[in-house]
Amino acid sequence: MFKGILKEQTIQVGIGFVFIVVLLGTFILPEWMSNNFMYGLSRGLAVLGLMILWRTNLVSFGHALYYGFGAYAVAMAQKYLGVTDVFLRIIIAITAAGILGFVLGFILRRYREIFFAMLSLAFSMVLYGLLAKAEFLGSTDGMSISPSTMFGFELGRFGLFYFIGFVVILSLIFAHAYLRSSLGHLTTAIMDNEIRVEYLGYSVEKAIHIKYVISACLAGGAGGLMAAALGQVDPDSMVLWSVSGELVFVTIMAGLGNILAPFVGAIFFEFIRTYAYEFAPQAWQMIIGGTLLAIIFFLPGGLWSLFQKINPFKKEKK
Amino acid sequence: MQFLITVLLDGLIYASYLFIVSLGLTITFGVMKILNVAHGGFFAWGAYLASISIIYLGDNEYNSFLYYFAIFLSAIIVGLFFGYIIERFILRKMYNEDIHLIVLATFGLFWILEDLILHVFGVDPLMPYYPAMELGGIELGGIFQGVYSLTLAGLAIIVAFICWYFLKKTKYGKVLQSVIFDREVSVSMGINVTKVYLITFIIGGMLGALGGAYIAPTISVSPGFAIDVVVMSFAVVVIGGMGSVPGALIGSLIVGLVRAFAVHQAPILELFIIYAIMAIVLIIKPEGLFAPPKPRKI
Repeated sequence: MFKGILKEQTIQVGIGFVFIVVLLGTFILPEWMSNNFMYGLSRGLAVLGLMILWRTNLVSFGHALYYGFGAYAVAMAQKYLGVTDVFLRIIIAITAAGILGFVLGFILRRYREIFFAMLSLAFSMVLYGLLAKAEFLGSTDGMSISPSTMFGFELGRFGLFYFIGFVVILSLIFAHAYLRSSLGHLTTAIMDNEIRVEYLGYSVEKAIHIKYVISACLAGGAGGLMAAALGQVDPDSMVLWSVSGELVFVTIMAGLGNILAPFVGAIFFEFIRTYAYEFAPQAWQMIIGGTLLAIIFFLPGGLWSLFQKINPFKKEKK
Repeated sequence: MQFLITVLLDGLIYASYLFIVSLGLTITFGVMKILNVAHGGFFAWGAYLASISIIYLGDNEYNSFLYYFAIFLSAIIVGLFFGYIIERFILRKMYNEDIHLIVLATFGLFWILEDLILHVFGVDPLMPYYPAMELGGIELGGIFQGVYSLTLAGLAIIVAFICWYFLKKTKYGKVLQSVIFDREVSVSMGINVTKVYLITFIIGGMLGALGGAYIAPTISVSPGFAIDVVVMSFAVVVIGGMGSVPGALIGSLIVGLVRAFAVHQAPILELFIIYAIMAIVLIIKPEGLFAPPKPRKI
């Protein structure tokens, strides 16, 4: 599955991109700007998960469920088990979201189109309802997360940034390996015609289930990284339906063309949000909404289609 | 007994208000097959426009009949103005797109409408309590209840009746049903579907705005208060069946009563239980409890 993957152009460009972002963020840019890079990289994981789902034309309007679940798993592990190690944190977040995705996947894999979107929305709001009202889970105030450590040493902001870059590179490799495997190709085929895929002897539901779990794991990982980066988890900014909407928005803004697109899109989104909030605190939602409409109307391929036009690495078609 | 009456009253009042809002949503979905997230924007705009007019009327001690006039007028204005602009210039260009893209576009519009409110009405919460204060309250089975909230139930019944009459007894209702049933055949029969879409969207928007405008005197109208309503009316519409008018009625009754029960008995479950019902309905009967039967097409 992973054979020769490092020789693939997408992965090489991706690793280069992450290196540049991490170097920019840690050495060159001021802190407020580099925070955008850090959050963008982390949330990009969740967007990558959504993009993988979208390739089968399944759009989850409740992906904040896994995003928030991963984040709260980190918070719970710290509260009850005292876990602050960054490796353990990300593993806990991914596993928790993966298990939840696996269980819910049995139900969701039978759904398509708007029903898939609505059922995932319902699941995410169930979690939101619990978190927002339960005192021992911090209700709407959420919970604070102590700084991450690695093997007992405090990691610091730079260390965390490197770690996020590391996780992102791993997920890029994994996602690319998945998408180029026959299972990954299958899911695009499912979008075209499910019945034909069944006739070929594959199980559509199983393929979608696997895809869903991968997507959930990525979103959970994003939540875990965000929890560590922000030092705070709360339901309104992690689990509410508008967060899911934002993630879907970034997916469409980034475009579905490449596994790198979600990270570019997520970083871009963080910048719009920060700048819009900075210069027009009462109009930032309007700016984001306007950007969304503009992208839908004028740039249907997302930001990535801009890159494709000027891509210096573009291979000539044989 | 007293507890039961409280729950029933609370539940019915909340259900009436949810019904008016989600009726707009379900009509828009039924006819145009659009999940309109911007519905929350209509709701908030209706509430704000009604609030400032009521506060203006109340401060200058106008006839109290004018309050209700103001409420309906603001709903109509908001529905006409934003409904026309949004349908005519944005949604109309998107009907051939993927359904998810349309949802996203309305989501963007929701954001825009929310922020426009801040610019037009300011960020301070408004409290247009005059109509509610004027009608006072009565005692029902040992429970003190504001009369204004009770009129909400009356309004819901009137709206439901008008809707039923319009759909079942008038020519336009039949046209609407044929468009719901099959868009292309309706076009070939000479129905101006573009116009039907526009009018439907405007009426849906008006209903959303009416819900907001009528509830405004009983709450404090502040920025961002529509965000819960959107997803709550989504739950109602999904439970009842997307595109079904009786479904919206039953769905809002279920959500209203269950929520009232949870608020009084187990506040921690208030939101959880509503969305749990939504999820369970979707799992057992994805089309919703009262979904209109789907026409079989070749």
